[in-house]
Amino acid sequence: MTTPKEPWRQRDALTDLYYMEARARLLDVAAFLDRMDRAAGTDDHRLRSLRAALSLLSDGKGDRTRRILESWSDPSAAPADSADTKGATGAWPKL
Amino acid sequence: MRYIEPHAHMVSRTTDDYTSMVTAGCVAVCEPAFWAGFDRCSVDGFRDYFRQLTEIEPRRAARYGLPHFSWLCINPKESEDLGLAEDVLSIIPEFLDKPNVLGIGEIGLNKNSRNEVKIFERHVQIAVENDRLILVHTPHLEDKLKGTKLILDVLRNAGVRPGRTLIDHVEEHTVRQVLDAGHWAGITLYPESKATPARAIDMVEQYAAERLWLNSACDWGHSDPLAVPKTALEMRRRGHSAAAIDALIFGNPLRFLSQYSGFKVADHVGGSV
Repeated sequence: MTTPKEPWRQRDALTDLYYMEARARLLDVAAFLDRMDRAAGTDDHRLRSLRAALSLLSDGKGDRTRRILESWSDPSAAPADSADTKGATGAWPKL
Repeated sequence: MRYIEPHAHMVSRTTDDYTSMVTAGCVAVCEPAFWAGFDRCSVDGFRDYFRQLTEIEPRRAARYGLPHFSWLCINPKESEDLGLAEDVLSIIPEFLDKPNVLGIGEIGLNKNSRNEVKIFERHVQIAVENDRLILVHTPHLEDKLKGTKLILDVLRNAGVRPGRTLIDHVEEHTVRQVLDAGHWAGITLYPESKATPARAIDMVEQYAAERLWLNSACDWGHSDPLAVPKTALEMRRRGHSAAAIDALIFGNPLRFLSQYSGFKVADHVGGSV
């Protein structure tokens, strides 16, 4: 197997480029969950789906972004009888 | 750097945005019809909007030396009212021969309802009958995956030529099926709700880059009219070649949009990235 030469396929170059940003975003997620812990109330479907997606980050399998997006998606196939709202929440409400 | 902004709602933007885009290298802008942030009351509201897209906004853009093109439709957020939607569909042919009209768009689905599907099918029918290009909006967030599947079914059943249809707002869970069906795919660069520059470039690196384009879809919401050139800079930071960047942000949209004979870029274009 040949080693790719392009800079965008080199792990050390990509680490230099994106590590600090990823580090900051991971801390933001951690701080968000801590904030939720300090707040009164219970998780709605958005928080439940977010917590469930965290396990996909560390399960050792690839395609994390695709699998997380799929996990938040409406799994039904047939068109809805009507559009009762115009907006979307970020996660399927029945999750 | 030169680039085409293939999806921008310029009626919502300021003249400063035009200056910034042209300064950054924009050589043509394309504006799909969309939801105004509120439901319009009658077909007359759409007639005025279509005049704005085909007469007024091209004149505004021309002051900055920027060719402006548009797509026409009633968007899926207003398609639940079948009576209004049919009224709007009936006036689209009045505007189809305006010189800056690329085709029908951005049509598609929002909440994946039966009425939305019905009006989407009617739009596709108009595009096929008039041999026009199609620009498809896929739903937001949790509705995108299901909506993309429904949209692909409608297009397949209608016998649409895939190479003349661009399906927009793809993300990691929809890009493969759109490209596998032979369509073009658009990646929208939004700060939160669609793709970031880094994720967009990841998709470009993994999939058929020759049938992908990038757009800002800038409108009255949280969006950035300079998202495309900023993503080009991000590609350069990753080490992509100037030729590859130019192909993605200029060459690809040029190839798709040039299927409409009236499409032109600014005549001051020269060189590459």
